[in-house]
Amino acid sequence: MIQAVMVISTQAKPRLLKFYNFQPPEKHQDLVRSVFQLLSARPDSVSDFVKVDSIFCLGTKMVYKHLATLYFVFVFDSSENELAMLDLIQVFVETLDKCFKNVCELDIVFNFNKLHTILDEMILGDR
Amino acid sequence: MASTPAAPAVAPSLVDTLFQRSLNDLVKSLRADPSAAGEAVAVARALSEIHREIRAPDAATKSVALQKLTYLSSLHFAPVGTHLLAFPAIELLASPHLPHKRLAYLAASLSLHPASLSLLPLATHQLHKDLSPSSAGAAHQQHLSALALQLLASPAAAAAPDLPVHLAHDLVPHLARGSPRAIAAAARVIAASPSAAVPVLFKPLAACLASPDPRASTAAAAAFCDLSAPPADATPFLPLAPDLYNLLTTSRSNWALIKVLKVFARLAPLEPRLAARIVDPVCQLLTRSSAMSLTFECIRTVLTALPAHDAAVRLAIGKAKEFVAADDDPNLRYLGLLALGLLGPAYASTVNDCRDAIVKSLGDADTNIRQEALHLIMGMVNENNIMDIAGMLISHVAKSDPEFANDILGAVLAACGHNVYEMVVDFDWYVSLLADMARTLLCAQGDEIGRQLVDVGLRVRDARPELVRSARTLLIDPALLGNHFLFPVLSAAAWVSGEYVDLTKDPVELVEALLQPRTSLLPISVRAVYIHAVFKVITWCFSVYVGRLGDSGMAVDVMFDRLAADQTVGSESNVALVSGEEQDIGASTVRKDPFSHESILYMINLIQTTVGPLINCNEVEVQERALNLIGFVHLVREIQELNKRNVADGDKPSRLEELVKTMQTVFCQELGPVSVNAQMKVATPDGLILNENLVELAGIVSEDDTTPSTSIFFYPCSRHSADTRDELAVSIDSSSLSEHRKRHGLFYLQTGKTEDEPNDYPQANDSLPSSSNNSVNDDKLKTAELVFAGKKSTATKSRPKVVKLDTEDFLSSMMPSANVPKEDPLSGALRDVLLGSDAKALSSQRASDINLEGMLNKTSSNESSSQQIENLGSHPASRSSSRTSKQQNHDKEKGTNPPESDGKEPRKHRSSGRSGHRQGKHKHREKSSTQPDTIPQAPVIQDFLL
Repeated sequence: MIQAVMVISTQAKPRLLKFYNFQPPEKHQDLVRSVFQLLSARPDSVSDFVKVDSIFCLGTKMVYKHLATLYFVFVFDSSENELAMLDLIQVFVETLDKCFKNVCELDIVFNFNKLHTILDEMILGDR
Repeated sequence: MASTPAAPAVAPSLVDTLFQRSLNDLVKSLRADPSAAGEAVAVARALSEIHREIRAPDAATKSVALQKLTYLSSLHFAPVGTHLLAFPAIELLASPHLPHKRLAYLAASLSLHPASLSLLPLATHQLHKDLSPSSAGAAHQQHLSALALQLLASPAAAAAPDLPVHLAHDLVPHLARGSPRAIAAAARVIAASPSAAVPVLFKPLAACLASPDPRASTAAAAAFCDLSAPPADATPFLPLAPDLYNLLTTSRSNWALIKVLKVFARLAPLEPRLAARIVDPVCQLLTRSSAMSLTFECIRTVLTALPAHDAAVRLAIGKAKEFVAADDDPNLRYLGLLALGLLGPAYASTVNDCRDAIVKSLGDADTNIRQEALHLIMGMVNENNIMDIAGMLISHVAKSDPEFANDILGAVLAACGHNVYEMVVDFDWYVSLLADMARTLLCAQGDEIGRQLVDVGLRVRDARPELVRSARTLLIDPALLGNHFLFPVLSAAAWVSGEYVDLTKDPVELVEALLQPRTSLLPISVRAVYIHAVFKVITWCFSVYVGRLGDSGMAVDVMFDRLAADQTVGSESNVALVSGEEQDIGASTVRKDPFSHESILYMINLIQTTVGPLINCNEVEVQERALNLIGFVHLVREIQELNKRNVADGDKPSRLEELVKTMQTVFCQELGPVSVNAQMKVATPDGLILNENLVELAGIVSEDDTTPSTSIFFYPCSRHSADTRDELAVSIDSSSLSEHRKRHGLFYLQTGKTEDEPNDYPQANDSLPSSSNNSVNDDKLKTAELVFAGKKSTATKSRPKVVKLDTEDFLSSMMPSANVPKEDPLSGALRDVLLGSDAKALSSQRASDINLEGMLNKTSSNESSSQQIENLGSHPASRSSSRTSKQQNHDKEKGTNPPESDGKEPRKHRSSGRSGHRQGKHKHREKSSTQPDTIPQAPVIQDFLL
């Protein structure tokens, strides 16, 4: 299943955090920080998958997409398909684009609730 | 969005409500000052504001405050008390106003966690209400239930097992409706509390698999995929196979197909018939599907769950190779390599086909791809191609970034060292490869390389010449001394050069390398090894030198005179001067013959100048070894001086010879590897009762053990020493030099154990220390014995012999029969030790000749100590009473060195020759049962060895 969805700006600021497996709130900041460190260390034009067993639980992987000033990150375990997750990121971004007409980081900053609703619809509703 | 129009309600909060900042205002204020400090101030201000607002009786104000609080706690990690967030959230769940409800549900799903469980009973009723059909409009009701289901599907539900248990029944109608949210929530609920939820929810959930609504079936497939994920047992889901199969063949949704394939991959190992059923549809999907995600899932399913279906596997490999060949998409390349990595060894040849592509991937910019490529390549390694592959990988090291370079080195070391180097055929190659690895610029694997260098030295006799050559190249390079990663390698190289010094070509160069000025950069432990290696080298040089003198019959006086000349010049500073000159003149001439007396002299002087200052080193390891070495050098000089003054000509060569031989015997025993579980193989002899508790010995030990180290070499001499005339002085331990001499032996053996080798090294043969401790405890003896127990088998192939130590199971599987016959002599040997026979005899790895040496060893050590005493002039007249005083000495020893009191038995054996074993056994008949004759013991032990 999907363990977490994160949208992190290239300035290391979280723009959207949603954990589908319980993580104590005190740990959230560390998780974001370590994920961002991983992401920023990766050059462009390399594969989008990273093993993150050390950050999340064993066997988890992370797939990300770097678009403009944002990283879209999905963390998932062995019950998900890597390429399907990559597609899901694409769907998510396209949906945002439709909702906000040329989505940019500011839209995401100012639409906290909408973002959560869209995400919930996607993940739990009809994918 | 949710910026609330001020709802005039209660007078006191009117102002608050009117001027309440919305979430957008908050975000703007946070963004006004992007610095961390500014943001912290803004957060703190907002929090205090929210604290006030959230207590407002007005729902609108409260909901905005709650929204802001949720935002802050989620994205700004504001420390919000759990109740502060959860309580108003639960309060607002009851609001009839949908936007408020929505905010409240969001806050609850983000904030509920174990600490707020006490509040959950408050929410249960509201959830129940929202889930059940009401009089309100259908659309409104659907919204409400969607929100409630969402909360149940959030991690909050997993954190609070009571909540779903109470609401499980409310889920059923929603499941029947096929709501994806309800399905996800049901999966959560089942995972959170299976015992309560399975009876209620499993059936309706399974029914969703067959639902005509693709949304429902997809969600159900995903739910079962989550539920059957590895930590859980997939067996309960076997009955779903027909439904899943149906979905597999009919569904058009890639998402559903992926999930179904995943479930089948988990079910197939549980039900053998399943694989045959699904292989066809999977292959069809594989050939037909245009979606990469589905194709990849098919490949993975085939390779992991259907390995018996050859055609399917080949099809999957073909697809995986297409992935690997996708030049423009690193994701596909990575996944392709990942898929090939799933293949077992049976298909190694097919992987080999795309070796070029894999090798190319080693240079990829992407770490994932490089790692997978390395993993695949290491999977291809076998005896025949290991040289190619290792060579190719090492050439890649130089081109890689540090991290990956060390991954490569680590992988090569692990592959080659696997199962005692089973894949290495040519050890000369491997040794030089190890040296090459150490010299690669980015090497941080020093520990493992050093360990393997020593390990190969110990196990593979044929590799030693090359090992010494490689060690030389490492030691003479001053540049390597600056790299702290290489210290373990240098330590191993120094140890190897010292231990196998007889294979070295140029000992003078070796001594120079070991004493070069930059060695001061080494850590203490490594320096100690260096100094000890010098000791071994110089000892060996002396022995060769003396041997030559003997052969040629050349007048020894000449050499002694020159040595004396040096010494008589006097103080340390002069020595330094002389050696300085010596180096200038010497360096050129010395090279010609490393065993000419000039070279020896040169080395001695070099040692004195460089090691001399270390006597004052404040690290005991270094200090002690430096003292040993300097002590030896002094001893050599003093013997010669002594000879000049006092002794008749005939004695000179023999004195030096004996000293040198003594020292050589100290080092002559070969160190061997010891199996980790060797001790278990030593059978306890019949009739021997080992005390569980050795406390009663404490008294004896504490009294007696006052001078443990001095006793080691002072076994009484055989007639061998009686013939060689010298008297033993009555008081033995007064000379400090004799102290050194005694310490050498003990120290040497301890180094083998502790200093040179990390824990997992084979232990050095520690027969000597154990012999000294005979009296103290039996366990010690056992450890001495282990050395031989461990060497039961040597692997013999066409390649050089590698000493392998059997693990228990290896032993039992490989040589169950051999075990039995060997047991007897082995435990016989043990019994012998336990009965007090000389441990030296047991440790005679090289059969009988070592015994001779051992005797010689003892003889000479006695002599050398007596010489010391002579030298001090403490007993100038005692020479005449040689034989009687020797006898006295023995008695004295017994008296003064109580640890020796048990050593009496060994001594007896010794003095009466080999046959003494029987006598000794006789003495201890009460302990030992009848035994096969122990005399064949030496050849038997030899079998265990290299």
